[in-house]
Amino acid sequence: MFKTKTKMLQLFVTLGACTFLLVPTILSVMAGLTVNYFKGISSGLTLKWVYQVWELYADSIFLSMWLAIACLFCTLIIGLPAAYGLARHPGWLSRLLEEFISLPLAVPGLALALALLQLYGSLKGFRASWTFILAGHVLYTLPFMVRSILAVLASMDLKTLEEGAASLGASPWQRFRDIVVPNAMPGILAGALTVVTLSIGEFNLTWMLHTPYLKTLPVGLADSYASMRLEIASAYTLVFFILIVPLLMAMQWASARAQRITQ
Amino acid sequence: MSNRTFVMACLTPLFIFSLAFLALPLIRLFLASGEGDAGWTIYFDIVRKPRYLNTLVLTVLVSLATTFAALAVSTTAGMFLVRNRFKGRGSLLAVLTLPLAFPGVVIGFLIILLGGRQGLVNQLTPGHVVFAYSALGLFLGYLYFSIPRVLLTVMAAAEKLDPALEEAARTMGATPYRVVMDVIIPGLMPSLIASGAIAFATAMGAFGTAFTLATNIDVIPMVIYTEFTLSANIAMASALSIVLGIITWILLLIARSLSGSTVAGGG
Repeated sequence: MFKTKTKMLQLFVTLGACTFLLVPTILSVMAGLTVNYFKGISSGLTLKWVYQVWELYADSIFLSMWLAIACLFCTLIIGLPAAYGLARHPGWLSRLLEEFISLPLAVPGLALALALLQLYGSLKGFRASWTFILAGHVLYTLPFMVRSILAVLASMDLKTLEEGAASLGASPWQRFRDIVVPNAMPGILAGALTVVTLSIGEFNLTWMLHTPYLKTLPVGLADSYASMRLEIASAYTLVFFILIVPLLMAMQWASARAQRITQ
Repeated sequence: MSNRTFVMACLTPLFIFSLAFLALPLIRLFLASGEGDAGWTIYFDIVRKPRYLNTLVLTVLVSLATTFAALAVSTTAGMFLVRNRFKGRGSLLAVLTLPLAFPGVVIGFLIILLGGRQGLVNQLTPGHVVFAYSALGLFLGYLYFSIPRVLLTVMAAAEKLDPALEEAARTMGATPYRVVMDVIIPGLMPSLIASGAIAFATAMGAFGTAFTLATNIDVIPMVIYTEFTLSANIAMASALSIVLGIITWILLLIARSLSGSTVAGGG
C-alpha cells in the first residue's frame, strides 16, 4: 500500500517535471506555426513566419554553422595533440594544465568575454572580425574536446601499445597517426559533437563579443525576442530547435558510447 | 624527433592558446578591477554599497531556491527512472535531458511563453497573471536548466546504489519515509552535494536567462552587463566578474572532487 503510494508520488513528480519542460517548448513550436498566436490555433497554421525568419536571419544561421565548423577544426587541431600529451605525461603539471584550461567550464561566459574584450578590444581589426567570436567559442568548447579524448586515452594502455609500435620502428608521428588517433576515435566523435552543439547554442560569450554585422543564431534569437512579434520569435526558436535537437541526441549517443569504452 | 620532444610539441598549441586567450585576459581582467577611482577597495564596495549587496543577496537567494527545488524534483524523478522499467521511460528521460543544450536566452523565452503577457497562464486564468519578469520567473527559468543537469548526476549515482539495502531496511520495518531519509539520501549524498553545487554555480552565473527575464529585477550577471555597457564602470564590472568567477569555480571544484564529472555550461 505504502509502496504504491510512494510510487504514485514519484511518478507524479516525474510527469510534472516533464510537463514543465515540455509545455513551453510545444507552445513555442505552435506559436511559430499559427497565423495569430493571440487568437489561437483556430486562426490557422502557416509557414509564413518561418519564411520571414529565413529572410531576416539566414545570415546569422549560416554564421553560426560556419563558426561551429571552424570551432570544431580549431579544437581538434589544439585538443587532439594536447589530450595525447596530457595522457602520455600524467603528473601534477598535466593535472594543473588540464584544470586551468577547464576554467571556462566554471567561470561564467560573461566574465571571460569581459576579459577578452579588455585585452583585445583595442585591436580593431581582430575585434571586428568573426575570428574574435571564434576565439571565444574555442575557449569555451576546448575543455570538452580535451577531456572527452583524454578520458578514452586514459582508459587504455597507451604506453604498451606505443612501445610495441616503437620496437617495430614506428616514429612518434606514425604512432600518433596509426595508434593514438584510431583508438581515440570514440572520444573524438563525442567531443566533436559536443563542440558543435555548444558552439551553435553559445550566447553568454557571444553576446558580448559580437558586432552589429556579425550576429550568430542565439544572438539573433535574443534580438528577435526583444524586437519582433511573438510569432517570428517563436518561428526562429523552432528553426533553432530543428538544428540543435538532432545534434544534441547524436551528442548524447556518442558520449554514452565513449563512456562505455572507458569503463 | 625524440619521444619527449614530440609530446612537448603536442602540448604547445594548447599552451599558446590558453596563454593568449585565457591566462593573459584573466590577468588583464583582474588588473582592470583595480584601475577605477576606488582602487583595490572596490572589492569592499561590493558588500558596502546597497545596490551591489542587495543584488548579491537576491542572486544567492534565487540560486539557492533553484538548487533545492532542482534537487528535490530531479532526485525523485531520477530514483523513479532508475528503479522502474516501463514503456515510455526512454521518452521521459529524453524530455528531461534535452534542455541541457538550450541556451539561456531560449529558456528565458520559454518562460515568457508560460508567464508573460501573452503567456499560457495569463490566457488560462481569469485575472492578469504575469510572473515571467519577476523573481518567480527567474526561478522557473533557472529551474528549467537545472533539472537536466542535476538529474544526470543523480541518476549516475542512483544506478550504483544497491537496492538490497532498501529491501533490508523495509523488511526490518522501516517506513518509506525512513528508507528515504536513512538509506537513499545518505547513499546519494556525494552526488547530491556535487549536483547541488553545479546547479548553484550555473544559476549564479546565468546570463542568457537573466538577459531575457530580468527587466525589473537585478541579478549579478545583469549588473556586470549594465555596469560594463551602460555605465562604463569597467572596474566594477571586472571586480564583480572576478568575485562571481571565483565563487562558481570553487563550487565546481567541490562538485568535481565529489563526483567524477561536471555537467556545466552556461544558462
